[in-house]
Amino acid sequence: MESRTPSRRNFLTLSMGLPLGAALAACGTSGPAPSGGGSGGGAAGGSGGGGGKATYWFLQGPPGEAPRTASVDRFNKANPNGQIAITTIQNDAYKTKIKTAIGANQAPTIIWGWGGGGLRSYVQAGQVEDLTSWFGENAAVKDRLFPGAFGAATIDGKIYAMPCETVQPIVLFYNKKVFEKVGAQPPQSYGDILDLVKKFNDAGIAPFSLAGQSRWTNMMWLEFLFDRIGGPEVFQAVFDGEKDAWNNPASIEALTKMQELIKANAFIKGFSSVTADSNADQALLYTGKAAMMLHGSWSYGIQQEQGGDIVSSGGLGWMNFPGVDGGKGDPSNTVGNPGQYLSISSKATPEQKEIAKKFFATGVLDDQEQKDWVETGGVPIVKGSDKLFAGSKDAEFLNFIYGVASNAKVFAQSWDQALSPTAAEVLLDNIAKLFQLSISPQDFATNMNAVIGK
Amino acid sequence: MTAISARRTSSAAASRGGGVLPWLAVPALVAFAVFALIPLIGVLLLSFTSWDTLGEIQLTGFESWRQVLTDPGLPHALWVTFLIMLLSWAFQTPASILIGVFLAGRQRYRELLAVLYFIPLLLSSAAIAITFKALLDPNFGLGAGLGIDFLTQDWLGEPGLAFGVVIFVVSWQYIPFHSLLYQGGVRQIPRSLYEAAELDGAGRVRMFFSITLPQLKYTIITSSTLMLVGSLTFFDLIFVLTEGGPGDATRALALDMYKRGFQANLMGAACVIGVILVLVGLALAMLLRRIGGRDPYASQLEGA
Repeated sequence: MESRTPSRRNFLTLSMGLPLGAALAACGTSGPAPSGGGSGGGAAGGSGGGGGKATYWFLQGPPGEAPRTASVDRFNKANPNGQIAITTIQNDAYKTKIKTAIGANQAPTIIWGWGGGGLRSYVQAGQVEDLTSWFGENAAVKDRLFPGAFGAATIDGKIYAMPCETVQPIVLFYNKKVFEKVGAQPPQSYGDILDLVKKFNDAGIAPFSLAGQSRWTNMMWLEFLFDRIGGPEVFQAVFDGEKDAWNNPASIEALTKMQELIKANAFIKGFSSVTADSNADQALLYTGKAAMMLHGSWSYGIQQEQGGDIVSSGGLGWMNFPGVDGGKGDPSNTVGNPGQYLSISSKATPEQKEIAKKFFATGVLDDQEQKDWVETGGVPIVKGSDKLFAGSKDAEFLNFIYGVASNAKVFAQSWDQALSPTAAEVLLDNIAKLFQLSISPQDFATNMNAVIGK
Repeated sequence: MTAISARRTSSAAASRGGGVLPWLAVPALVAFAVFALIPLIGVLLLSFTSWDTLGEIQLTGFESWRQVLTDPGLPHALWVTFLIMLLSWAFQTPASILIGVFLAGRQRYRELLAVLYFIPLLLSSAAIAITFKALLDPNFGLGAGLGIDFLTQDWLGEPGLAFGVVIFVVSWQYIPFHSLLYQGGVRQIPRSLYEAAELDGAGRVRMFFSITLPQLKYTIITSSTLMLVGSLTFFDLIFVLTEGGPGDATRALALDMYKRGFQANLMGAACVIGVILVLVGLALAMLLRRIGGRDPYASQLEGA
């Protein structure tokens, strides 16, 4: 479970192994490749010249590899004439490899990804199929999935990917034992959060754990403050490329509130030195050094695995981020990963595309695959998948996640995934500076306005 | 022509080897061309394009250059690179000379220490960075573990502290290597110089400043060149330790290049930085040779 976190979030960090030499070499040597490689074959890796086999690359390792492989195996057994060949690729190598392959017109038939800004860059390069009309003809495929999962698959009104796998909203976790010790109640509103900050600081406990060095952890705070204060429209305007969208008064208010929280010592001392890769932020919560933590739902698995008896003894609490008084956002809204995404390469042969579509319609998230995901502690993005939770020792948490995901009026995608890689990098940089208090909310807005639409 | 050169005794020796010797350099030259020159040309060409690594490579002339050169991030990255270069040199050189001189002694325990000091050089930069990161964690690191308040700082969160940490860890890794150079340098100094000085009544400190240091001049130049030019390419350690942060406090040129190219998908701009990096490195190496004198291999031992 733990490895799921980096699998989606930390690609930036995980590509750390690339030495400078390789960076330079890649700069030079992979340059000419795309111009020569446009043979239109599309089927790289294992198609064996047959042309009839679709190819599918995805991430290696637990928890995802087993359910994914099993679902392809079942599909191949049921369809002897239209097989899918899989290639599993290690986490850290995948994002670079898929990008290079797509750039060189050597993409697999089925492209596994995170939707949002990454998908948009594929669309702009004309590398993935428009699936809008296909979903129109196969409404049943679309209707059985969480509607919120389609946001990150939709670029300029058209659907370019099939949502799959599990939903991972961001959740406010808290340590019940610490709350009991101090005699505090979980926050019902943003005002309660401010009171709790004071109360916990007086008791010598950090109110919130935060892995500030990882930057995307800070971003989760902004995502919720923006939503609760100004509603989802504020970030949507940025996503849609509206000029000066970050200057929205709600945006400035959220950024200001953020800095007020930091000044009020809401976060553990020295949070800028804490990293999420080492799970030091998780440890702060389960050791009781911090009372609360805003984190992805995968944190539950990490707490369970590393946090001793915190989960089994019922010491871990969870809730959706509370509303801000007078804010426009619906407190049922959430952010995070609305799902994972499968696209079809536009360079694949017609037969390959047919196989892929058949797989989307009959293979993806079949009953057995849903069960497999629940066993790994995930919530499949299928309506009614909560029936499968009965008997699971994590049923309480799974039901909570299912409720959040299916009741959310808006399930926004994490900003760094929603924006283009270029803008996401600037965003994370400015978030780090905002949290260090080295730039003002207005500076932040100005810097970010400069990369809108890039 | 040939008759003239054949008559000259000195060039006769050279022309005799002329048949075989140049061919011996071919493998090295081929490797240099394939792994250094060709990629370099590729980088130069790409710097005149815009490429997001996905779509077509578009020739955009000086657009990437304009974009990089007008970005306030560039002077900052240059300044950070320069500071890292200067400070790590200023920290490593005295420490390496002292350790090198100390290890040059033939005593048993010094030989043992020499082996121990050598260990950091054997570790990978990423491993070193991850270890230091864990040790410096404000909540679970060394300070918290030993209960020493001084060590419980926001080491990687304060720009100044983070910069200091980078210098320290880089030095920790490379001082052993440079100590080794100095150890060898010191052992080359003839005993007779020290004996003569001793007869004249010079003390240890005087001997160090009047004999050891001047005799190490060329070792210092070699070691400094390696340090200064090498510091341009510090990447893995800083990337794992701080990722260029907090904010952009430790974002040196090499990091800036990686971030632009592989994280922001601006390959053209990254290649511009790559070209700048090569130019700075070349200029630096030439400058150092100039400072070091024309003939770095001239003997210093006349009269010894």
